Amino acid sequence: MGRGRIDPTGEQAPSRRRKPWLALAAASVLAFGTAMAQQGGSAIVTFQDDVSTLDPAIGYDWQNWSIIKSLFDGLMDYVPGTTELVPHLAESYTVSDDGLTYTFVLRDGVKFHNGRALVAGDVKYTLERTLDPATQSPGQGFYLTIAGAQEFIDGAASEVSGIVVVDDRTVQFTTTEPDAAFLHKLGLNFAHVVPQEAVEAAAGDFGHQPVGTGGFKLKEWVLGQRIVLERNPDYFEAGLPYLDELTFQVGVDPNVAFLRLQRGEVDILGDGIPGARYTEVMADPTWSKQVSLGEQMQTGYVTINVEMEPFTDVRVRRALNMAVNKDRIVRIINNRAVPAVQILPPLFESHDTSYAGYPYDPAAAKALLAEAGYPNGFDTVLYAYNVAPNDRIAQAIQADLAEIGVRAELRTQAQSTVIEAGGAGEAPLLWSGGMAWIADYPDPNNFYWPILACASNIPGGWNWARYCDESIEARAAHADTLARADQQAERVDEWRQIFVDIMGDAPWIPIFHELQVSMHSTNVTGPDAIFVDPMHIPVHYEMVRRAQ
Amino acid sequence: MIGYLGQRLLQAVGVMIGVTIVTFLLVFLLPADPARMIAGRSATAATVASIRSELGLDRPLPVQYFSYLKNLVQGDMGRSYAQKADVARLIKSRFLPTLQLAMAGILFELLIGLPTGILAALRRGTRIDQAVMTLAFVGVSAPQFVVGLLLIYFLAYLLPVFPLGGYGTPLHLVLPAVTVGLAGGGWYARVTRSAMIDVLRQDYVRTARAKGVLPRRVVAKHVLKNAVLPVVALVGLDIGVFMGGIVIVESVFGWPGIGQMIWQAIQLVDIPVIMGGVIVTALFVVVGNLLADLVYPVLDPRIRYS
Repeated sequence: MGRGRIDPTGEQAPSRRRKPWLALAAASVLAFGTAMAQQGGSAIVTFQDDVSTLDPAIGYDWQNWSIIKSLFDGLMDYVPGTTELVPHLAESYTVSDDGLTYTFVLRDGVKFHNGRALVAGDVKYTLERTLDPATQSPGQGFYLTIAGAQEFIDGAASEVSGIVVVDDRTVQFTTTEPDAAFLHKLGLNFAHVVPQEAVEAAAGDFGHQPVGTGGFKLKEWVLGQRIVLERNPDYFEAGLPYLDELTFQVGVDPNVAFLRLQRGEVDILGDGIPGARYTEVMADPTWSKQVSLGEQMQTGYVTINVEMEPFTDVRVRRALNMAVNKDRIVRIINNRAVPAVQILPPLFESHDTSYAGYPYDPAAAKALLAEAGYPNGFDTVLYAYNVAPNDRIAQAIQADLAEIGVRAELRTQAQSTVIEAGGAGEAPLLWSGGMAWIADYPDPNNFYWPILACASNIPGGWNWARYCDESIEARAAHADTLARADQQAERVDEWRQIFVDIMGDAPWIPIFHELQVSMHSTNVTGPDAIFVDPMHIPVHYEMVRRAQ
Repeated sequence: MIGYLGQRLLQAVGVMIGVTIVTFLLVFLLPADPARMIAGRSATAATVASIRSELGLDRPLPVQYFSYLKNLVQGDMGRSYAQKADVARLIKSRFLPTLQLAMAGILFELLIGLPTGILAALRRGTRIDQAVMTLAFVGVSAPQFVVGLLLIYFLAYLLPVFPLGGYGTPLHLVLPAVTVGLAGGGWYARVTRSAMIDVLRQDYVRTARAKGVLPRRVVAKHVLKNAVLPVVALVGLDIGVFMGGIVIVESVFGWPGIGQMIWQAIQLVDIPVIMGGVIVTALFVVVGNLLADLVYPVLDPRIRYS
């Protein structure tokens, strides 16, 4: 995910592989939702970095992602604690047989925080606002498949022709091609519905004066210090949220936040457990009960620039893959990850459980390197983000490469500098940690188009490996047209094969899939899964309850 | 005096213009593209280009600079790229906490540095002198985040006298100010000590002693008053430096100062906030030095500006 996102979480698309624990999580979430629906109380969440904005069209970082979801709603959302897509502001929807037209009927009786009832025109306004270049939304690119979007962006049309308000409760989207991930995209924050009059009244400062339909509404914002949300009594989900009030304190050092949690002064560590404390916490019988662990839609990887000598030779890239001891790197981050052999995280249904990848074998790597004409290795450069633990991980990779004779000079730099080097195609090797790919939505195509596609192999793009295979590109494009429900099995298989084939070309060294870890006080409670929610990252605040 | 002041103010304006030019160039030399940081990963090249043009970043650098300067003169510091809010408003919200920490920090520097410096000078060459100077060295060298976290651990966590970070009451201010004071106090002690030793050697001090003036009075009336000038200069510098924010102390204690704001802006390549923060900081450096200069003649009649 976007800029500030360091740590997020993940899981799988609707009705996919059944993981027993996932079903259990969903069931327990539902149990909490009905049987024990007591409301009341308050909670405090801490973050080190400031919350930049609460505008759903703009916000795209670790702090604000889930706060925005508490204030606003989209047509689609996910079952709390899972990646199961369900209608949310929509009461129901239908998809046409050609997969091009989506018709949504809105719930009745949904009100914005300003008291006005939600109408279909608000949905159209919201998407047009996100597409409007003047909004500068980082989500604009998700909605370009809507018919007429490009004309609207170019200024050739005053509205998006593919969004039609049928009546106050019905809105229809038409896409130019079948877009298998379209419903997921409507669940993203960038499509969370905003009221035009409030955006205009805020005169450019809607990010600090948010008005949505969500379970919480903004009560107070003291810049640089705290944000206080209070319950929206008119929220359409009966019994939610549980808390009356939710406070976010910003600028809190994670170490100090941890001490304050012990003291009961704060309830949720927004930045997780400080690295230096992790082992101690997990070994403590009391503390470890306050920790939640969850899988994420994340892969940490090293990109190998396939356009640069000697990485133009696939044997060299495969040798590098065999040289890295991933188990050791996972230990560096206190086992808060599982070693990776492929691009997709285990939570994706297209993840190939039978794929072994390139097992760790320095001797074989050295032999392969010799075969490629580099018996004595070569010199290269490894870029990495200079914030812990990425510097130490990069050092470990450097040491592993040295074992097979590859002498990598380390360049650990500021995040924006590393991103710039990657985008310019100047980085021979780049460790993606701290900038690693966390999927925006639980669909495998999100791991291809922005980071491995020919389309993203452009200056300033995020395809840092400069990987481009036209035949794979064509298969990916085809897979994404399989939008009908009865085509899903075929689509999952096709994406699985696409990612296996990409690994054959070895443009990446997949290192690990990170887990999400969070810690909360004994004053708040809820199913584990909502404290490491894969979609309401990092925590599903509307589901947090005060302990009795 | 008025003429001098006018001349200094003119200089200050020159310095400020210089600061805007240098900062502007440095920010634009950064190998990072703010439009790309805003656009995120899913953006197409066209989106990035349209954001760049929305922000006016596609114009020639001198055009951008003069348009920034023109707005600045009218009191408009622009809008934050990341927060989409007026920079002036963001800085204003950080101003009071920054001022409080700066003033309290300087107070603790003086409280710690002056007495120990005087003591070391009067007991020059003794164990006391050595101990004070060693401690001063430790204070100056100790990383502020370690000192801050130790203070929090012992005086807020184990012994809950002070709050565990945060902002609000005067109690919240004590530990961050002490952290600043411990680091800066070392400098003050060293400067006070050497200035005192200089003055103690002067003829007028010997004369005063020879006349039989009480030692306490000699120190208070003759030595201290003359030794205090370099300390005033230090205070003047600290006003400027601290008003730019004390990033590490702010971040350890969760103090909502300007330093944290600038630090985060740098991470996000939020150019208007970086520019605004640096300009405000530079302004205070200029003002702090000017204040120190104005205090000199009050303390030492030999100094006159004409």
